[in-house]
This record gives sequence, C-alpha cells and structure tokens, in this order.
Amino acid sequence: MSPPPIIRVDHLVKRYRKADRDAVADVSFDVAPGEFFSLLGPNGAGKTTTISILTTTLAPTGGTVTIDGHDLGTDAAGVRSSVGITFQTPSLDKNLSAEENVRLHAILYGLYPWRPSYTLMPGAYKKRLADLADVVGLGGDIFKPVRTFSGGMRRKLEVVRSLIHHPRVLFLDEPTTGLDPASRRDLWTYLLEMRQTADTTLFLTTHYLAEAEDAGRICVLSRGKIIALGTPTDVTASLLERYVLLGAADPAALRAELSAKGIAYTDDAPGSANVRVAADEGDVQPLLKSIDTPLTSVRTVLPTLEDAYLALVERDELGAREEAAGLGEAGIVLGDALGEGALVDAESREVIQ
Amino acid sequence: MNLSHELNAMAAIAYRDLMKFLRDRSRIVGTLVFPAVFILILGGTFGAAAAEGRAFDMWTFVFLGVFAQSMWQSSAMGIISLLEDRENDFSQAIFVAPLSRYTILGGKILGESLVSLAQGVVIFAFGLLIGIRMDVSQALWLIPVSILVCLYGGAFGLLLMANMKSQRGAQQIFPFLLLPQFFLGGVISPVDKLAEEGDVISLSLDFLSRISPLRYAVDLLRGVFFGGVEPSQGAVLASPAFNLAVMAVVGGIFMAIGTAMFVRQERTR
Ligand SMILES: Nc1ncnc2c1ncn2[C@@H]1O[C@H](COP(=O)(O)OP(=O)(O)O)[C@@H](O)[C@H]1O
Ligand SMILES: [Mg+2]
Repeated sequence: MSPPPIIRVDHLVKRYRKADRDAVADVSFDVAPGEFFSLLGPNGAGKTTTISILTTTLAPTGGTVTIDGHDLGTDAAGVRSSVGITFQTPSLDKNLSAEENVRLHAILYGLYPWRPSYTLMPGAYKKRLADLADVVGLGGDIFKPVRTFSGGMRRKLEVVRSLIHHPRVLFLDEPTTGLDPASRRDLWTYLLEMRQTADTTLFLTTHYLAEAEDAGRICVLSRGKIIALGTPTDVTASLLERYVLLGAADPAALRAELSAKGIAYTDDAPGSANVRVAADEGDVQPLLKSIDTPLTSVRTVLPTLEDAYLALVERDELGAREEAAGLGEAGIVLGDALGEGALVDAESREVIQ
Repeated sequence: MNLSHELNAMAAIAYRDLMKFLRDRSRIVGTLVFPAVFILILGGTFGAAAAEGRAFDMWTFVFLGVFAQSMWQSSAMGIISLLEDRENDFSQAIFVAPLSRYTILGGKILGESLVSLAQGVVIFAFGLLIGIRMDVSQALWLIPVSILVCLYGGAFGLLLMANMKSQRGAQQIFPFLLLPQFFLGGVISPVDKLAEEGDVISLSLDFLSRISPLRYAVDLLRGVFFGGVEPSQGAVLASPAFNLAVMAVVGGIFMAIGTAMFVRQERTR
C-alpha cells in the first residue's frame, strides 16, 4: 500500500478580485511524501497562485487542500508549520546581515528563544548556523549585510533559510531564475542532497525544463488548467514520437523504397529531401537493415521534455485562440501544422546515435 | 498556540524594525528635522500670540504637543510601511510563519513604537536644549506615557493601512488625516475654547476635535506632565484617567478591526 499523499489538492479554483477568468481553474492532484513534484507552465499559468494558496498566503475561491494531514481551510497554522517556501520574489531583508535573517526566521518558527544579539544565542543555534554557512559557502561572510551578496548567494541563503525548520514540504517558486549556470548547478546539488538526507517533499516551479527532468512527476499548467500530468518520460512519450531522420543521395529512390516496403514516413519539413520514420530505440537497427537505398545520413531524434512542453503549451494556446475566435475546421488544420512545428523544434536537440 | 513562541517571535519582529531604523541614517535625520522646525517656529511665533492671557508657558505647551504628535505619527506611518514590503520584501516570509496574525502585527506595532521612542528621546533632548524646564519626576513620567502614545499611534496606523491598497495611496491620504489633527487635536494651540462662540462652525470644529484620535494622546501627555496643576487655562482638557480610558478602548478597537481587515485583505486578493 502506498502511503497517503502529503499534498492533496481537490478541485482548486482561484479567481482574483475583479478578474474576469479563473487564475486557477479546477485543478486536482496529489503529491506523495518524499516526491519531487514539478509544476510547469508559461508565465501567468497560475503556478505562483497555486503555491500561494498551498502556503496559506492566499485564500482559494473553491476546492480543498490538505497538506501533511492539515486542512488548509480549518488548520492554516498546521499547514504553515509543515511547509517551507522560497518565494519567486526575493524575501530577504537586505538591511540585515545573513545571520540576522536566519536568526529571525528560526525564532519565527519557534526553534530558539529571541536574543538581541548573536553572542547571546544558544550554542545549538550557533552550531546550526555554522553548518548552514558552510553549505551556502558563506563562511564568515554570514555576518555581512545581505545587500553585499551576489544574486546566487542570496538565493541560496533563502533556500537554506526555508529549510531551517525541517519542513515536510519545501515549495520552490522559480528558485533559479536569474542565476548563472554555475550557481544554478550549485543550488541543485544542494537541493538534491538535502532531499536524500531529509526526505523532504520538493514542490518546484521552474522555467528551466532541464530542472524538471529530474522530477518524479511533472504537472503542466496552462491558463489555470492542468494539460499534462505524469513522469517526464511519460509526458514526453505521450506527446512526441521518437523518430529516425534519414537522408539519401537519391531522395526519390529512398521514398519509393519506403513506400514499396510499407514503411510510413513524413517529409522532415515541407520541401526537405530528408524523411522521418517513427522508431523507438529497438526499431532502429531492423529499420536500417531493411533499407537498400544508400543512406548519406542517419539521426535518431529523441524529443526532450522541453520539446514536449513547448508542443503542449502551444497546442493549448492555439486551442484558446480558436475558442475565442469561434473557428472550427480552420483551427484543426492549423493545429496539425503546429504539431509539426513542435517536431521541427525537436531537431535542435537531436541525439546522434 | 505556544505563548512563549509567540512572544519571542513578537520580540524578534519588533527588534528587526528597530535595527532597520537605526541603520538608516537618512531616515533618522529626516524624522528629526520636522519636529524641530515645528517647535521653533510655532512655539516662538504663532504660539506666543495664542498664549496671550494664559498662565502657562506656550513653549512647553507646543513642545509637549509636538513631542506626542511626532511619536504618534511616526508609529502610524511606520505601520504603513508594511504595505510597501508586502509584495517584495520580507513580510511575505513573516506571514507564512506558524504564528498568530495578532503576534505578527503586534510585533510590527511594537517595533514601530520602539522606533518612535528612539525619535522621542532625541526630540526630548532637543526640548531641554531650547530651555523646556521640568523636574525629574516629570521627565520620568514621560516615559510610560510615551510608550502608550506610540502603541496608540501604531493601532491607528494599522486601521488605516488595512484600508489602503498601496503605500502611495496611503501617503496621499495621510496628510488629509494628519494635518487637521494638528489643529483639532490641540498639538500647537489650545482647543478648549473651540465651542465658545456657539455657532455652527465652532460647534462642528469642537465635534471634529473630539473625534480626533490624536487629541487624547496629546492631552494625556500634557495632563501627566502638568500633573496636579489645576486645569491650567486650557493647557489640559481632561483627566489622564479619562484620556487613558479613551485610548485603551479606541486603540483596542483599531487594533482588532485593523488586524482582521488586513488579514482578510491579504488573503482575498
Ligand atoms: N494579485 C493579483 N490580482 C489579479 N490577478 C492576478 C494577481 N496575481 C496574479 N494574477 C493573475 O493570475 C494569473 C496567474 O498568475 P501567476 O499565478 O502569478 O502565474 P505564474 O506564476 O504561473 O506565472 C495571471 O493571469 C495573473 O495576471
Ligand atoms: Mg510565478
């Protein structure tokens, strides 16, 4: 039997005051304890709105949420003590030192009694702080004003701070936006390590699809609705085919042979000489063996999560435009063309085998 | 709810506010210039005219008024800053903490009160400098009264803030709420004879004066300072006990309504 979900979201709806549509429109999902769950979606999809509701800072319009056994509507305080959050917008006090920020946070969570200075704080706190400073790579700089830190340092400090009370669930709202690749990798090393040791449930929103590939499951939101939910592999596979891109000195002969042998193919792009043949990993070798026309190039293309994501979102947005315009058939044709467009995108990230 | 946790958190929130102020030099200078100018100009010129035929020192009267008004206003304005950092600063991190909302806003009021008291100390020193006379017991009495005035101002600020969308909006409205109270609250000139004429305008002014929250804070401070001195020709309007009662009731109501409204507004965006 699998353990009960640590996050249970049931028919969640949020409409902001004076808004003419729902920012979150009837969303339901569960997250298992210890899971790494990632919420994806374009700007304005409703990710931050969802996180704000789940962390009690925003009241939902409808639906129920339970976190770690606490009902959001009746036990907000219980939810608050179970969750930690790194906000999308910076939330450190720049007038205080890093240590003062951490200390304030620890006291707000009831970990230590308040003392007016670091020296007067209990030994356990000092030890904990030193460990944290090590993790962030701050060392003695932990006593310097946050104002003097780089963006990467600040972000890491925020993450470390949100973990100091050992939350069961950690919400990370675009934690790496604006960070350089090195800081980003650094932060992720820490997060994944922490997840292993503390068994914290991670709830991430991000624009970097590569980060979501490590997630156990992803949930793609668009215009407040879930348009895909599953493991990254499943979501990708359900959307986009793997295929082999074939090129020949005599493209006409290749096409004739494929047709004759009953192998389905499509042109790589309108007017392109190359053709695509759908093929999973195991199909590649038999396929190549069966072709006699001399090939000049062979590439196996594995669509990435990013390709799938882009295709999903584009399709959804097109659907929305179609609805708005009341276009029936024309929309479907356009939709087909767009599906192809997404596949064309896949080429830029092809895998050469 | 764990009381010691809540109290420690309240202290931490308040202390953060004080630290923030003490590290902001330009704010320190800015908050002191205004009261200084007022005491000098109004106590010297305008006050002198109003003091004709009165048996108390107009300088002291104006000084005490501005002293109370500065601390009261500074507490109220300080609370408004919560609007500013609602979106982009630290307050969102405070509001997700497992704390009573009263603890958080109480801590904020306490913190802004400490800031105001720090300003009060300097204004007090300035008062001594320009020759305000007092004995030790008078000076000591100013301490607890100042604390009450600050907390009362904070409660007023909280109620105002809960009704405002943005800091800019608040700053536009604020002068309209504060400036009249400068006169109606009796900060710089006595308001004991407002209703004397008995015509509609005088009676309305007297009414407005009585509903000015600041009036009671200013009068409490003067009442305690001039303590015992027989109602010195309008220097004091009512007994400290009466003013204290009004402040406790009104301040308590402001705080309760303000917190409830603010929390509701926060969550039901
Ligand atoms: N405070 C607000 N008032 C009104 N509408 C809002 C507010 N915050 C967000 N929205 C709207 O709700 C939608 C979802 O926003 P958000 O959750 O921030 O998206 P995301 O985090 O996925 O980029 C957007 O259309 C946005 O304009
Ligand atoms: Mg967002």
